[in-house]
Amino acid sequence: MDHFTPFSALIGGGLIGIAMILLFWFNGRIAGISGLIGGLFSRNTDDKSWRILFLAGLVLSGFIYHLYDPGIYSGMPVTSTPVLILGGFLVGFGTRMGNGCTSGHGLFGIARFSKRSIVATLLFISSAMVTVYLVQHMFGASL
Amino acid sequence: MTKNMIGLLGGMLFGLGLCISQMADPRKIMGFLDVAGNWDPSLLLVMLSGLVVIAIGYRLALKREKPVLDQQYYLPTNTQIDIKLIAGAILFGVGWGLIGYCPGPIMVSLGFFSAQILIVFFSMLVGMLSWNYLNSRHQS
Repeated sequence: MDHFTPFSALIGGGLIGIAMILLFWFNGRIAGISGLIGGLFSRNTDDKSWRILFLAGLVLSGFIYHLYDPGIYSGMPVTSTPVLILGGFLVGFGTRMGNGCTSGHGLFGIARFSKRSIVATLLFISSAMVTVYLVQHMFGASL
Repeated sequence: MTKNMIGLLGGMLFGLGLCISQMADPRKIMGFLDVAGNWDPSLLLVMLSGLVVIAIGYRLALKREKPVLDQQYYLPTNTQIDIKLIAGAILFGVGWGLIGYCPGPIMVSLGFFSAQILIVFFSMLVGMLSWNYLNSRHQS
């Protein structure tokens, strides 16, 4: 566990929580990231402008933080393009099909004690762990 | 304060939290998901402190009649644990395990200007649109 970073994890998690409460307190909305992105493509979504600005804020924070600490991005563990495409596709498809991702289900949903979110979170963490196990330890991370 | 300002501020705070906790670094995510390797439980602490803040803030918010800038709180109404939830969560997990990225960190990482992130981002959009297409065909 030599990479364990408990303090930055607790502070960062608290900031994410504050950001989600801010949006709920003022706009009455749950900031599930996959829902915010997916909602932009739906004709039924009203007032898209704050959604776009929230997503722009995410990109902007990455841009600014990267100027301050370029070490935050140091390449990816998986570099083969077909795997990046497949993984990205499954993240998009699965989060829309299951109506949420790590933020909407994993954070806000569990904090609301939603049964759906608790089930979804246990399932996606488990399937991700199984996937990593298969890739890292069965196929030797050669994808 | 307008809804748009809250949106931008919320997005920046959320992204800062992801950067500080290193959750925008896929190696950090892989360290958590790889339970048989050199396990890194940091992600659990990110979730734990986020959950505590939201669990308290959510209940305080609901004591108010309505949000500051809207007429109602928008909460999910579906309570069924159906096949879409189960299959969707499992498929998302497989993708997450393959690349070490979920949607929040993908958005934040767009700010790092990497070709690889663009590939992941557009693949995610294609995945989302594919689901929308299949789902709308199924309903019509």
